[in-house]
Amino acid sequence: MIQVKNLIKVFGTKVAVDDVSFSVEKGEVLGFLGPNGAGKSTTMRMVTGYFRPTSGSVSLCGINMLEEPEQAKQRLGYLPENAPLYSDMTVASFLGFCAELRGLHGADRTRAIDRVLDLCFLDSVRNQSVDTLSKGYRHRTCFAQSIIHDPDVLILDEPTDGLDPNQKHEVRGMIKRMGQNKAIIFSTHILEEVEAACSRAIIIDRGKVVADGTPESLKKLVPGAKSLDEVFRSITKPDTAHKHAA
Amino acid sequence: MSNRDIQNTKAVFKREFLAYFNSPVLYVIVVIFLLAAMGFPFFFSRILDSEDVSLTERFFVWHPWIYTVLAPAVGMRLWSEEHRLGTIELLLTMPVSPWQAILGKFFAASCVWLIGLTLTFPIVWTVCYLGYPDMGPIMSGYIASYLYALACLALTSAISAITRSQVVCFIVSVAFCIVIALIGDPGVTHTIVSTTPDWAAGFVRFVSYFSFMDHFFELTKGIFVFRDVFYFLSVIIVTLIITNLALRAKRA
Ligand SMILES: Nc1ncnc2c1ncn2[C@@H]1O[C@H](COP(=O)(O)OP(=O)(O)O)[C@@H](O)[C@H]1O
Ligand SMILES: [Mg+2]
Repeated sequence: MIQVKNLIKVFGTKVAVDDVSFSVEKGEVLGFLGPNGAGKSTTMRMVTGYFRPTSGSVSLCGINMLEEPEQAKQRLGYLPENAPLYSDMTVASFLGFCAELRGLHGADRTRAIDRVLDLCFLDSVRNQSVDTLSKGYRHRTCFAQSIIHDPDVLILDEPTDGLDPNQKHEVRGMIKRMGQNKAIIFSTHILEEVEAACSRAIIIDRGKVVADGTPESLKKLVPGAKSLDEVFRSITKPDTAHKHAA
Repeated sequence: MSNRDIQNTKAVFKREFLAYFNSPVLYVIVVIFLLAAMGFPFFFSRILDSEDVSLTERFFVWHPWIYTVLAPAVGMRLWSEEHRLGTIELLLTMPVSPWQAILGKFFAASCVWLIGLTLTFPIVWTVCYLGYPDMGPIMSGYIASYLYALACLALTSAISAITRSQVVCFIVSVAFCIVIALIGDPGVTHTIVSTTPDWAAGFVRFVSYFSFMDHFFELTKGIFVFRDVFYFLSVIIVTLIITNLALRAKRA
């Protein structure tokens, strides 16, 4: 359902994403792994149509993102990094606004709001201003926005960032459950998360895909590695690598 | 225009319009606007001491200068705030075209000014009480004043699309509004023409034609000139197109 071919993004002289290709089918949860600055968010921003790729193509459910952005975006739910929200709105009015932009009106809109308030445990803060929410609730409100229209494709940029362990567990469970009938990509740098929720993982380093496979097969990549953690460390280079070399 | 265009524009409009009413900034601006728009005619133009009951020289004459400061204060949040909060990423990955969002936001800010301008009705009462003013110039004065405000708002919208700081947007927009008001001032034009070589004088006169002021005063005189209305509408359309280009460049 998600087809990404030869994506390249160049900022000035810096190549942030370098020839990334992958595809995700319905029922798959793809984990996007990589150190900070690897190009995970930039790739996701191109897949969601926020950034225009320097070259390459993206299609969602067979619809080309560059040629028919509005139709492609209709199939998509997106949780940006840091879960941005309109600070002057209440949780319910924010979700109502997003529902309207998704084409849900009247009774459909009300039903959609109630459904995601329930799914994301937001009932108690329904009429609270998002400005006064704690970080976990803010995150869940933005997450609720991404599933309000029950999209086929879900893209989540660090969905568990800044949550406490209980909330992390809850979100992972939710991703796994929804993954049964959607195509999901989520990025993280927590490796246990990949094993808990993903059917496949891609490791990306300095803009390039360096490994692609099931969590099990990734472990076999590096002989003798017992955990995904060791694999990750041996195939991606830390920011400080060049300093040690010098 | 499709049904979807209207629904999306309306959704953005509604959100933006309510956001104005949820923030104290709006009330402060409307109160300052009313104090200035109603106060200047009484204290500086001595509207009560005069036999003349036309509003052009005493009421509308102040508006361009009031808008130069207050329209950027209303418009500065339009896109800067989206950039600062990061919500622009949310908005532009929804199935919404940039034009639907730009127009929805612009109409919301326009409505705020419509409310501000409507609240100046006591001044019309006052002159009607004092004498028998000609309603034609009053109507066209209001139209000129509103168009001037919209042009300043559209200009601010374009600048707010570039920066994430509302303060920067405000200062730059005010500067632009002052320049575009002053270039048509006969005194300013004369000074510049007399200090430039002959071959450039035509160019200076040409540039001065783009001033808001000339077109504004033509309109307030009560001759409803299509050319001047068209001028303001084209300024609005061009600056909204620039807004679109700036937004696209931002996500390059
Ligand atoms: N708008 C931008 N302009 C210039 N450089 C950018 C921009 N966005 C991201 N980058 C650069 O691209 C690289 C990848 O960033 P990002 O995709 O955010 O990494 P990740 O999400 O994997 O931590 C970084 O080096 C970052 O500095
Ligand atoms: Mg990131």
